[in-house]
Amino acid sequence: MTVGLFIPCYIDQFYPQVGIASLELLEKLGCEVVVPAGQTCCGQPMANTGCEQDARKNYTYFVEQYKDFDHIVMPSGSCTYHVRKHYDIIEQNEDVRRVRQNTYDISEFLLDVLKIKSLDSQFPHTVGLHQSCHGLRGLRLGTGTERVLPQESKLKQLLGMVKDLQLVALERADECCGFGGTFAINEPDISVRMGLDRIAEHEAQKVEVITAGDMSCLMHLEGLLKRQKKPIVVKHLVEILNHTEP
Amino acid sequence: MNQHAQKAAAFIRNAERTRWHDDALWMVRSKRDTATHDIPEWEQLRELGSLVKNNVLSKLDEYLDEFEANAQKNGVQVHWAADAEEHNRIVHDILAKKKIARIVKSKSMLTEECHLNEYLIEKGIEVIDTDLGERIIQLKEEAPSHIVMPAIHLKKEEIGALFHEKLHTEKGASDPQYLTESARQHLREKFLQAQAAVTGVNFGIAETGGVVVCTNEGNADMGVHLSPVQIHCMGIEKIIPKAEHLGIFTRLLGRSATGQPITIYTSHHHRPKPGGEMHIVIVDNGRTDQLGRKDFRNSLKCIRCGACMNTCPIYRRSGGHSYGYTVPGPIGSILTPGKDLKKYSDLPFASTLCGSCSDVCPVKIDIHAQLYKWRQVIAEEGHLPAGKKKSMQMTSWLFARPKLYRMAGKWGRRMLRLLPKGLIYNRFNTWGRDRDLPEAPKESFQEWYQKNRRS
Repeated sequence: MTVGLFIPCYIDQFYPQVGIASLELLEKLGCEVVVPAGQTCCGQPMANTGCEQDARKNYTYFVEQYKDFDHIVMPSGSCTYHVRKHYDIIEQNEDVRRVRQNTYDISEFLLDVLKIKSLDSQFPHTVGLHQSCHGLRGLRLGTGTERVLPQESKLKQLLGMVKDLQLVALERADECCGFGGTFAINEPDISVRMGLDRIAEHEAQKVEVITAGDMSCLMHLEGLLKRQKKPIVVKHLVEILNHTEP
Repeated sequence: MNQHAQKAAAFIRNAERTRWHDDALWMVRSKRDTATHDIPEWEQLRELGSLVKNNVLSKLDEYLDEFEANAQKNGVQVHWAADAEEHNRIVHDILAKKKIARIVKSKSMLTEECHLNEYLIEKGIEVIDTDLGERIIQLKEEAPSHIVMPAIHLKKEEIGALFHEKLHTEKGASDPQYLTESARQHLREKFLQAQAAVTGVNFGIAETGGVVVCTNEGNADMGVHLSPVQIHCMGIEKIIPKAEHLGIFTRLLGRSATGQPITIYTSHHHRPKPGGEMHIVIVDNGRTDQLGRKDFRNSLKCIRCGACMNTCPIYRRSGGHSYGYTVPGPIGSILTPGKDLKKYSDLPFASTLCGSCSDVCPVKIDIHAQLYKWRQVIAEEGHLPAGKKKSMQMTSWLFARPKLYRMAGKWGRRMLRLLPKGLIYNRFNTWGRDRDLPEAPKESFQEWYQKNRRS
């Protein structure tokens, strides 16, 4: 199975290890993985700021880069959500329709397409799961606490396959971290307050590692953790799933 | 910084108070969760509520005519107001005709929206709000900070000090029961003196021509029963088709608002009392404009439960006053741009688009999607802050040029590694004020990939 892997711009530049873990994990599971050399950004930063008309060229460019893949996989619920939900403003030709339909967050891809039942991974640490909002409420990777439906979570299901990992329960299971893209800059005080509150919840459960399906949330939390000189580290879900040594 | 961000920053400066406010509202959200999880069919109930409201919005003109005809058959006088000004004039005319000088009001966000109190007081009429929270902020001369709990931003000690000054309660008293009892005694007198009662309306039933008012304190009933003249002020969107639909909404409303199975009082008013007068004032005030906006019309489904405020992580940490409008929080942020796009252009951005508001909404308004859409309108109409549009255009341009993007990334990361910290964390670096920047790696993922997989 050939997979077109998309590595979001900020992961490409600042967190290459997350890109590498995504690639290695998919390869381990038997996929042939290709990352187009020209890939850049899905266009979300512009669109969330109100400039989706300017982002149109990024949408068509993205489709051009990925139109030949049967499956397009991203280590990001947020970028996946953007392609699926907001690429509706460009002409819906066959390529665009297929790309939107075949774009998956990596957790969905592992569980719904590859249908994996187990993983050969090990991570002997106490972990807190931050439920990134676009994955949770946009892609419905899990049941948000607002909804009266069976409580499910793809991310928890995957973390459950990791040996020796101890997942803690948080009091506010799915509160936003306050990143929100340009919100982090436009409303810095609230953004920071939300992030610190989120960290305090994880601290109360004595976690060593905070994980999430979106590195952007973790970049925000990591920035705060480092500034406050706190010992907790952040790791993207795929870094944990790809982790094998004790 | 924009207006909301500035006011939020001022609110947050008091960390202890911010925590208290956040916790208080989170408790209400938690109660809502408990109450809704008691009903296995909750999601179907939301769907039903949403469908009924969609039907109402699609035939609003017909239902309003039906409502008026049935109300008139019952001996109710129906008035139509195109805007806030006309609404206030109509209410004043009713009072002036009867030479009424004292009125009591129960909670009504519509009359807040129209600034009825100020209008009547200026004309020499005594206006007393009788909902406890509303009375508190009226005494404090403040705007409500929440649509269900208007004084949620005040602590009991502050209310004690206010009551000591205005109602002469004991100095330093903060016992809620004592303070509430004092307010009851004070209001009892006002109820007895009032010559007219004004209420809001939760639901207007087209089939019967009656209005339904939901309260927890019974103050609307007290006012209406004791006054010869009763006036009910209602937005055009409050209509529901039939009495049999009411149960859907009373089940949704109480649970969503405060986690109660139903509000303590659900009062039906159909006709004037013997010898009395009953008026219904139906108000548009911009609602028809909103109905005409395809992407935003379903914001009119709102039943004003306030659940989106209680769940909003931004509202909880910035307080209702930071929004600068009668209806704050997520729902306020999608209603206000339709009223004045430029003035409220910061509000659709006062959100991380986390989507919790849409999922708690009992009538399934896609609030976060509308926030996103208002952002597009604001940018298109040229109301983004100076420079923002330009920088977005440049970013978009860069992302369409992969080689340039990679080069810019490489140089950017190198600068971050080499420049002294003092230069990077300058006053223009808003991110870096409280947060470290991520470490800039020597190799991007793409550079690693070219070396390790393409060779």
